[in-house]
Amino acid sequence: MSALESLRDARLFMVCGSGGVGKTTSAAALGLVLASQGRRVLVVTVDPARRLAQALGLADIGLDEQTVPDIASPGSLTVSMLDTKAGWDHLIRIHASDAASAERVIANPLYKNITERFVNSHDYIAMERLYELRNDNRYDIVVVDTPPSRNALDLLDAPSKMREFFGGRLLRWLTLPYRSRLLTVASRPFFQLADRVLGAQFLGDIGEFFNLLQSMEKGFIQRATSVENELRASHTQFVVVTTPDDAPTHEALFMVEELRRRSMSPALMMVNRSLTHFAGAAIELASHASRTEGDRIITAVMNTATTVASIGQRHQRSIERLSREVSCVVIPESPPVQGSDMSLQAIATVLRGG
Amino acid sequence: MPTVASASAADLTPLLSRRLLFVTGKGGTGKTTITAALARTAAQRGLRTLVCEMDAKGSLANALGARIPGFDPVEVEPNLYAMVMDTEASLREYLTIHARIPFLGSFTPLANMLDFVADAAPGVREILAVGKVCWEVRENHYDIVIVDAEASGHIVSQVASPRVINGLVLRGPLRDQTQWMLNILEDSAQTGVVVVSTPEELPVTESIALVNRLRAETRTEVAAIVVNKLVDAPLMPQDVEEFIRRRDELVQLLGQTAVDAASIMVQRRSDAELHVRELTSEIQGAPIAVVPWLVQEDNDDNLVTQVAQVLSEEIS
Repeated sequence: MSALESLRDARLFMVCGSGGVGKTTSAAALGLVLASQGRRVLVVTVDPARRLAQALGLADIGLDEQTVPDIASPGSLTVSMLDTKAGWDHLIRIHASDAASAERVIANPLYKNITERFVNSHDYIAMERLYELRNDNRYDIVVVDTPPSRNALDLLDAPSKMREFFGGRLLRWLTLPYRSRLLTVASRPFFQLADRVLGAQFLGDIGEFFNLLQSMEKGFIQRATSVENELRASHTQFVVVTTPDDAPTHEALFMVEELRRRSMSPALMMVNRSLTHFAGAAIELASHASRTEGDRIITAVMNTATTVASIGQRHQRSIERLSREVSCVVIPESPPVQGSDMSLQAIATVLRGG
Repeated sequence: MPTVASASAADLTPLLSRRLLFVTGKGGTGKTTITAALARTAAQRGLRTLVCEMDAKGSLANALGARIPGFDPVEVEPNLYAMVMDTEASLREYLTIHARIPFLGSFTPLANMLDFVADAAPGVREILAVGKVCWEVRENHYDIVIVDAEASGHIVSQVASPRVINGLVLRGPLRDQTQWMLNILEDSAQTGVVVVSTPEELPVTESIALVNRLRAETRTEVAAIVVNKLVDAPLMPQDVEEFIRRRDELVQLLGQTAVDAASIMVQRRSDAELHVRELTSEIQGAPIAVVPWLVQEDNDDNLVTQVAQVLSEEIS
C-alpha cells in the first residue's frame, strides 16, 4: 500500500525537519507523486536549492511560480520560493486603513529594523502567504517546505504570537499619546521602570510605530486566527523529514513532540539516506575473508563495508525509535549513478509504494 | 580512527587567546559539539572557562554529560563553568547592578514588559544576551567565555545589537551600556566568531553567506571556520580509479552489497571534498579546520572528547 493512501484528503502538507536531511527534496518528491496522481500541486520552498532545481529540470527556483514541464502528468507541479522579505510592505498596504498611513508605517525607522534585521518577523509573512494560498483555486494541494526545525516552530507559533501581541495591555499603553501616558505612569511604578530602562524617546518611537500598526490590528488578528485554524484543520498534515543519523533523529523526535503539544499531529515521517540495507553486510563479508589477503583495494572495500554495516545497524535502532512515534517511510540510499542526482526519484518511488 | 584531512593544517592557536568566542552554524552541523570541545580544550589547558548556551534547548548539557541548572554558572568540570542564557534573568541582573533598581516584590510585570518590548523593539532581547557574556569578559570573571550561539542568521542580529540600539535609542541607560560592549565585540584580539559547517551543499552555501554578512554588517572578526563531520576516506584518492575499473571482479570476490557500500562512501567523500574546496576558495582570511565524522562514538560526551582531541592538535 502506498504511504500516502491514508493522507488522500489532505490539501495542505507542512514538511518539517532539521537542516541537511533532504527536506526540500522530500517536499518536491511528495509534490511530484501527488501530481502524478492527477492533482494540481504547488510546492513552496524556503531555500533556494540549486540541486533541486536541477533535479526538476529548471534553471532555478525563483519567487515567481513556475510549472515544471513534462514531469507530473496527469496533474501539474508548480514550484516557487517563499518570499519572506518583500512580503511586509505588501501586507501593510493590504491592512492599512488608507494609503497615507501605509506609507507612514513603511517610512518609520523602526519598521525597516523590525522587518529586515530580525528574522522571526519573516514568519508572519510566511503565514500570510499560507492564508492567501488557502483559497487559491489554481491548486488542489499545497506542499510547504518549512524553515529548518526550531525555526519552523516559530513559524507555527507566529499567528498566536501576533494575536497576543496585539491583545496585550502594553501595546495599548504604548500607543497612548505620551501626555496621557504620563498621567498613567504616576500610578504604575512598573511603567516608570520601563521609561527608566528603555528611555522615553525609544518608547515614544515604539509607540508611534505601533499606533500606526494598530489601525491594522483587526485584519491581522482575523488572518492570524484563520491561519492557525488552517494548521489544525483535518485536511492539513504534517510530514517530518529526517535521516536515521543520531542528531537528526533526536531532532525529529523533538519536532514530533512539539507538534503534538500544539495539537498539530504529525502524520508521516520520511527517513532519508538510510543504510539499514547494509546492516547485514559484515556477515556476508565473513564468507569472503580468506580470499582477500594482500590486496589494498580489497582490504579497503571490506573495511568500508564493515563501517557501513555498523552505521546500518545504528540506523535500524533509530528507525525503531521513530516508528514507535509516527508511521515511517524509509528511503534507502542507493549507490550513485554517474552524473545524476537520483534522490528525488528515489524518494518518489518509495512514496508510491514501489 | 579516521584521519584528519590534510586541509586541516590551519593554525588555531590564536583562537583560545581570545576572551570571547561565539560559535555558530546551521542547525545539524554540530555547533554545540564544537562549542563543548573548544570549552573542554580551553579548560584542560588551565584557562578558567565559561561556556554559555544561548537557546536553552539543553544540548550543551547533553554534549558535556553534565547538568546545567540555568543562568547561574556551575563548575561542570575542573576550570569549566557552564550556564544557560535567560534574558529575563539577565535583565534582572542588569537592573540590580547598573540601574540600581531594588528588586521588586513581584518580578512578573517586568517579565511581561520584557517579553512585549523584546517582541516589538529590535535588539532588546539580543542585547540582554550579548550584554551578559560581554559583562563576564569585562569583569574578568573568566579567562575565556565560549558561547554556543544561535544558529546562523541570528548571530548577526546578536553581535550587531549594540549598534542597532545605538542607532535607535538616542538617550537613556540602555544606550549608555552599548559602548563598552562594542569595545569588546569589535576588538579582534578579544572577540571572534567561529562558524561551524558540514561539507554539504546548503551548509556550505549558508556559511559563506554568513561570513559575508558578518564582515559586511558587523565589525566582529570571523576567527575560524570548522568543517565538521568530514566522512572518512574509504580509499586513497589514487585508488578510486582502480576501484571503479575492478568493480566486476570486486563484486565477484566480495559480493554486491560490499561494493555498493563502498561506492556510497566513495561518493560521499568526493562530494564532501568538493564542498570543502568551495568553502576554502570562497572564504579567505580565516583559518579552516576539519573534523572527521566520528560515527563510532556512542554518546555525546565521548564524541566531545574525541573532537576536543582533534581540535587540540591544531591549537598548539
